[in-house]
Amino acid sequence: MKLNEEYKELAWQGLWKNNPGIVQLLGLCPLLAVTSTLTNAIGLGLATLFVLICSNATVSAIRHWVPKEIRIPIFVLIIASFVTCVQLLMNAYTFGLYQSLGIFLPLIVTNCAIIGRAEAYASKNPIKQATFDGLMMGLGFLLILMLLGTVREILGQGTLFDGANLLLGEWAIILRVEVFHLDSQFLLAILPPGAFIVMGLFIALKNAIDDRVAAGQPKAENTEISRVRVNFDEK
Amino acid sequence: MAFWIASSPHNHIKSETSAIMRLVIYATIPGIFAQWYFFGWGNIIHISLAIITALVAEFTILSLRERNIKAQLFDGSGILTAVLIGISIPAIAPWWISVIGAAFAIIIVKQLYGGLGHNPFNPAMAGYVMLLISFPLQMTSWQPPLELMALPLSFVDTLSVIIGGFTIDGYSVEQLRTHIDGYTMATPLDTVKTNLTMGLTIAESMENPVIGENFGLGWEWINAGFLLGGLFLLAKKAISWATPLSFLSSLFVCSLIAFLFSQDSNASTMFHWFNGACMLGAFFILTDPVSGATSIKGRIVFGALAGFLVFIIRKYGGYPDAVAFAVLICNMAAPLIDQYTRPRTYGHNVSSNKAGNE
Repeated sequence: MKLNEEYKELAWQGLWKNNPGIVQLLGLCPLLAVTSTLTNAIGLGLATLFVLICSNATVSAIRHWVPKEIRIPIFVLIIASFVTCVQLLMNAYTFGLYQSLGIFLPLIVTNCAIIGRAEAYASKNPIKQATFDGLMMGLGFLLILMLLGTVREILGQGTLFDGANLLLGEWAIILRVEVFHLDSQFLLAILPPGAFIVMGLFIALKNAIDDRVAAGQPKAENTEISRVRVNFDEK
Repeated sequence: MAFWIASSPHNHIKSETSAIMRLVIYATIPGIFAQWYFFGWGNIIHISLAIITALVAEFTILSLRERNIKAQLFDGSGILTAVLIGISIPAIAPWWISVIGAAFAIIIVKQLYGGLGHNPFNPAMAGYVMLLISFPLQMTSWQPPLELMALPLSFVDTLSVIIGGFTIDGYSVEQLRTHIDGYTMATPLDTVKTNLTMGLTIAESMENPVIGENFGLGWEWINAGFLLGGLFLLAKKAISWATPLSFLSSLFVCSLIAFLFSQDSNASTMFHWFNGACMLGAFFILTDPVSGATSIKGRIVFGALAGFLVFIIRKYGGYPDAVAFAVLICNMAAPLIDQYTRPRTYGHNVSSNKAGNE
């Protein structure tokens, strides 16, 4: 029962309250650079998710043997090996996507969201929870990437799932949806400044929702009257 | 009712924001008239579109922010932003250009930062730069002046091009941009820039019909119109003399040095003064009290930096005109300029002022 509560808390933290994308603002470089289309966003999100789960599990498994002084190089080594796996796999099976993600795929190594989770959670907790935490943080990151990718692709090109065949294979060409036809691309949404603006709007939206939820809850602590009582008799 | 305690100086004539803004809007009239005379109705249509959009956008955001709508909506600053955007975009650009530009300027650049008085960037120029990098094709489709156009362009034709992309007779924007001789025309700044890359000298570029007799057919008169409006503003003391003076002299000096250095590859100083958005920028945009520098010394530095940047970008940059980019860069530098040009407080000597700064 207690374990269940913990998983719930992990999911809540990863997906909403402590979301790596819009709350911790970690890994902004790939977040803003590759989300110009939904396909790119999903590709990078899945790669990050995979690396995050594997690195969290491994870091957690070896946590008793890692000397505290050199933990960061070891974490980086673990993350880098998983990133290399992902990179080689994507090079083999989704070559088009591999090319369009470019440098941002190997740059997952430096994504602070991953090393942050390894340091803050996985190195102190058992494997099961650490893996689940990796999954939830990765999903939270993937979710933000997908949202950004959707908004930017619709605003920029008026399409959705453009180039999905690069990720999923030839059949996925039919997934491409033309939401509306644009004679000219809205370049701002595709260029990095647009990513910053859309990202800022998402953060504002999240804060607004949080505020509204907080305002809706009754303020219990303000209603009770507190009084200072000084009693010298009881000791 | 409470006492209103004001700090010095105790001036009794306060010019309200709306009064100044109205004055600035009136001062754009000569320039807009010149634009209408040489390029037709397009800019006036765009100005009205932008004003409507700006008012709607400002009303929406102000009601979301629960502000005093009536006072802030009609203080004239939003309308002035819209007028400046309408002036700066090509006359036959499609209608959504001015709508997107005005909405972006008001919502993102002005209101999201906290409304009038809190925006770090000039809303009109930030909106213009957004349009220029987002829609390079539409934002550079300048038509030749009316007298050089192969096709006539009436008010109804202009309206039809802006809304639907074609005139009543079915001519496209590309066809409208064609010269009597049958080739597409660019602005004088663009023509000179392109010719230089093709190895032509400045003197040869000046033979181009789009330059006219002096520095640019139509453009010289538009700039003269804005110069006239600017002098009117100076006479009314609505704007400070420091920024335009230092901007124009800085541009003059930079272009003069380049011109004396090599006359074949550098346009004359007056060509720089009377082309593009030079006078509009000098008197109507750089003088924005919110996003510019504050003290007189600061304004001189601010204007000089802008003039230098305009020359550098016009000469070496990828875009033919540079005022908007220069203004944005200077807006970023303005807080720093203010930091180092703080005026000496009366009664404090120089050394103690220095100590106070540290």
